[in-house]
Amino acid sequence: MPKVIIDPDVCKSCELCITACPKNIIDIDKKMINDKGYHPAIVIDQEKCIGCSACAIMCPDCAITVER
Amino acid sequence: MAVVFKRPHALTNVPTHYCPGCTHGIIHRLVAEALDELDLEGRTVGIAPVGCAVMAYDYFNCDMIEAPHGRAPAIATGVKRSVPDSIVFTYQGDGDLAAIGTAETVHAAARGENITIIFVNNAIYGMTGGQMAPTTLPNQVTQTSPFGRDISQAGFPIKVCEMLSTLEGSSYIARVSVDCVRNVNIAKKAIKKAFEIQSQGRGFTLIEVLSTCPTNWGVSPKDALQWLRDNLIPYYPLGVYKDVTEVKKEELCDG
Amino acid sequence: MEERILMKGNEALAEAAIQAGCIRFFGYPITPQTEVAAYMSKRLPKIGGTYLQAESEVAAVNMLQGAGAAGARAMTSSSSPGISLKTEGISYMAGADIPGLIINVQRGGPGLGGIQPSQADYWQATKAPGHGDLHIIVFAPSSVQEMVDLVENAFDLSDEYRIPAMILADGLLGQMMEPVTIKKSEGGKKLPEKKWAAKGHGHKRAHNIINSLYLKAADLERVINERFERYKELEVKHTRCERYMTDDADVVVVAYGATGRIAKAAVKAAREQGVKAGLFRPITLWPFPKQDLKDIAKSAKAFLTVEMSMGQMVDDVKLAIDCKRPVDFFGHTGGIVPTPQEVLDKILKLAGGER
Repeated sequence: MPKVIIDPDVCKSCELCITACPKNIIDIDKKMINDKGYHPAIVIDQEKCIGCSACAIMCPDCAITVER
Repeated sequence: MAVVFKRPHALTNVPTHYCPGCTHGIIHRLVAEALDELDLEGRTVGIAPVGCAVMAYDYFNCDMIEAPHGRAPAIATGVKRSVPDSIVFTYQGDGDLAAIGTAETVHAAARGENITIIFVNNAIYGMTGGQMAPTTLPNQVTQTSPFGRDISQAGFPIKVCEMLSTLEGSSYIARVSVDCVRNVNIAKKAIKKAFEIQSQGRGFTLIEVLSTCPTNWGVSPKDALQWLRDNLIPYYPLGVYKDVTEVKKEELCDG
Repeated sequence: MEERILMKGNEALAEAAIQAGCIRFFGYPITPQTEVAAYMSKRLPKIGGTYLQAESEVAAVNMLQGAGAAGARAMTSSSSPGISLKTEGISYMAGADIPGLIINVQRGGPGLGGIQPSQADYWQATKAPGHGDLHIIVFAPSSVQEMVDLVENAFDLSDEYRIPAMILADGLLGQMMEPVTIKKSEGGKKLPEKKWAAKGHGHKRAHNIINSLYLKAADLERVINERFERYKELEVKHTRCERYMTDDADVVVVAYGATGRIAKAAVKAAREQGVKAGLFRPITLWPFPKQDLKDIAKSAKAFLTVEMSMGQMVDDVKLAIDCKRPVDFFGHTGGIVPTPQEVLDKILKLAGGER
């Protein structure tokens, strides 16, 4: 089952991955703040992930690694 | 499970200073992916501009040189002429390339200089806080066109691809965008092709990449992508404006 | 022994650069130095070098910067107005420790000025060849032979200290023809290896970054201080001058470049009339030979600076001797070349005590 790993320290909470994800399974983790003061994005429903890498393609900071 | 997407080797893991959602980051990655896939990093020298990407020398793993504002194509020429088998690219914004660096750009193209220029067009001066750029659209509000760019005072935006494609020295001139996954993939192909053409020694290549500036456009990163689609793409049509590798129809069937 | 041939200054300069291992040249036409470019455009393509006529002097100095950053021995040449255009590039090269040779065959200024010889870019060359705290090594030849000999020295020091160098000539030296011997470098001169250069790491080292931007002030100050240590070393080790009959001289003429020769003729004429005159001729304008001047000031009674300008080096002479002796000035500008007779008259007046 495909896996999306978002590095919370690199993420700048720009939400481009959220809009890119065809399965709408990424959201902002309001409970967490990284060193730069951003709420990082987080995968909220890993099972639905189809491993298309759309999130990673649209991420300006290479914060996302995708395994399949 | 195999990793299908990760940071390309040619991109350092230095956190970038770019604003959240600024698509400079995507374009950096595409350049790095092209260098990785063509195995060029070891031979490459990148030239950083003055502008938001001024610190690009920290973000690429190939040798890097920081150029004065607008002079990257001249620096690149000096490098390429001195190390002929190197791969040289410049990474420049619209102020750097189409304002102060216009002469350097036009003449590098006219010379057919065997370099690749990555021209990031976000229609604004980002680093200095959002001033009007040569590619700022008519009526677009910026810090120095507060009532909207007035053509009668500030003249017309410059369409770089159209301009450079008239020069014989240009080998591959294309305009792409990074506003959505599909366009990012197209942009990657174009950037990779530009480096391939350079490595074959076939002359001047320039990829104009329409990019966003959420901070100075005053919109969210997501809305900035939409603004680009609604405003930049219509004024700056995407596509290939010159391609010496393209086999023309009549050449195909000259029988 | 190399053969002795009659050559125009500009062309001899270009050939000397080639023999010193410089095969990358970026030029732009401007009187009175265009023959440097024309000569390079004839010679370099035949020896696997690069002659490139840039779209402007700005582009040319940045091509020099790129070539230098990539580790090549490279040169650009221009004349006064063109050098003004190059000052941005020179400052960046100084700020990123990029070696390279810039030739200024001076003409009358300011503005479009004239095309006759001048020395009115002295301040620009020695005080502010670009913005910021920086120096470039400045050589002032006074003959075509000396110009030829200085080229290799300029390149070697520029490489060794990673500081841009300039040969400050003038239209006279550039346009005159004199017999010269140019040291041939059979099989090309062995150039120093530059591990710092940006020419592709070949996966054998971390990437090199050639850059002059330091947003953290403390970093910028540290880098500048380190560079000024190199400047100090240059001052101690590589200051050059010619002292002609200064040991017992009452009136010492201070002049460089073409006017150095004119002044020497006047000094000889003065000696023939029993006047104890001498000539002090700086060969490096930066680093300026202050110590030598201090020594001479112990015995000399007065100094006369002769320049093709309204007087620029005269200030440095006063500074060097802490104004211990009177320093007078004589010169022409606009392209007028002073005559030995005019200088002699001035010496006699000074020696006679009149001012």
